[in-house]
Amino acid sequence: MESRAAASFREKAKLLDADAVRRTLVRIAHEIIERNKGIAGLGFAGICTRGAVLAKRIAAEIQAIEQQPIPVGSLDITLYRDDLSRIAPNPVLQATDISFDITDLRLILVDDVFFTGRTVRAALDALADIGRPKIIQLAVLIDRGHRELPIRADYVGKNIPTSFQERVEVRLSETDGRDEVVIEERVDA
Amino acid sequence: MTTTVSSPASTTVQWTKKDLLGLRELSVDEIKLLLSTAESFREISLRPIKKVPALRGKTVVNLFFEPSTRTRTSFELAAKRVSADLINITASTSSIAKGETIIDTIKNLEALKVDILVIRHAAAGVPHLVAKHAYASVINAGDGSHEHPTQALLDMLTIQEKLGRIEGLRVSIIGDIAHSRVARSNIWGLTKLGASVTVCGPPTLVPACMEQFGVRVTWDVREAIRDADVLMLLRVQHERQETALVPNLREYRLRYGIDRERLKDAKPSVIIMHPGPVNRGVELDSAIADGPHSVILDQVTNGLAVRMAALYLVSGGAKVEEVGG
Repeated sequence: MESRAAASFREKAKLLDADAVRRTLVRIAHEIIERNKGIAGLGFAGICTRGAVLAKRIAAEIQAIEQQPIPVGSLDITLYRDDLSRIAPNPVLQATDISFDITDLRLILVDDVFFTGRTVRAALDALADIGRPKIIQLAVLIDRGHRELPIRADYVGKNIPTSFQERVEVRLSETDGRDEVVIEERVDA
Repeated sequence: MTTTVSSPASTTVQWTKKDLLGLRELSVDEIKLLLSTAESFREISLRPIKKVPALRGKTVVNLFFEPSTRTRTSFELAAKRVSADLINITASTSSIAKGETIIDTIKNLEALKVDILVIRHAAAGVPHLVAKHAYASVINAGDGSHEHPTQALLDMLTIQEKLGRIEGLRVSIIGDIAHSRVARSNIWGLTKLGASVTVCGPPTLVPACMEQFGVRVTWDVREAIRDADVLMLLRVQHERQETALVPNLREYRLRYGIDRERLKDAKPSVIIMHPGPVNRGVELDSAIADGPHSVILDQVTNGLAVRMAALYLVSGGAKVEEVGG
């Protein structure tokens, strides 16, 4: 739920290039298999938009290793945001598409940037309306700190200390034409 | 396993209007936004817990000055599924019957801090008048023979769902075009999205001047059926003035009713739509209404999603005005 204010930003540093993104996702895939002692009952839900892309990629890595299909879905958390009554206009909705029963699964929730924790809080509420997983674990590509809720991640691609004046941009080839993660800083006009 | 990561919405436009009054005043992008938002809402009704917290704490008033069951029920369920509180007011049981003016009714409701007014009225323009005087959002649930935007949106959503697109399709609307708000809203919406629309019915109900809406007019039902991708039948509204405009229902059926025989000339892929309630054996034969081409019940399902989307979007649009945007 990073705010996209009208302020302008300029790139400060590249945190991950395409190879680093790929290696990071492979490592997370292995960690997920290790922590869950295999892939029995595993499922993925990625938070729209880029979390959903990452969920597909991590699941594909695991499938390549274990040679078994894993259910993957996408989750739009807009309707569960805690700031809906404070922002205007209402955000554009994307589709929640979880076409498998999540009840009793070991569900891996995936997002691109872990920040205040409010998106994950909304996602947990959304999942509770869809089913009752046996366990929910959180995988994120970037943890930029500044939590406002008591939530932590189980799998972290990269920890990056940031200031509120900065924003982390995750770009993925499916949505942005290339894979990279950059940190941008606010430019005061 | 089917997994689709939804691509970023094809339109970047956001909804900034307080009200949803008709399709005439909406841009192509706004109509597409309503349809894609409704598509996202459709999934919620398939969940074990059919409710999202989006409009928690908002109050919706169904203000129906004309009888309605399906539209009112659809709005009622839609409001409940987005967690809004809802009250129903029907004209016969309200102070309207005691002579209160509409504006006074609205002012009283606003004093109770309601957020969204869903209005149906027999006179064209009443929702527009109310929208001008109210801080609350207004959704037009049908005004006279003027507009019925959520019905046209659910029709378009159904066409998109069944045929994959709207642009380039041929849609024939058959029935009382002159008095139909459903036809009028559909004509605005469908032509904006690039469909070619033909209207058909007896000349008393389909005046040639309808051509000014950018549609083809025909009085020959065979011509309307031929080449059509979508046949949209309208109800013969015998409670309105129509009884004077068609000799009798039997003659209407003979000339304009859709039965198996007539459908032989249609495209094999044609879909049959009807806003309901159907007069079985008048505009539509039972065999067709219940047949493989019929998408009438899909329309009802999509209506719920469209109304959830409309409530969600106008509630955000009202905030835009509050902020002064």
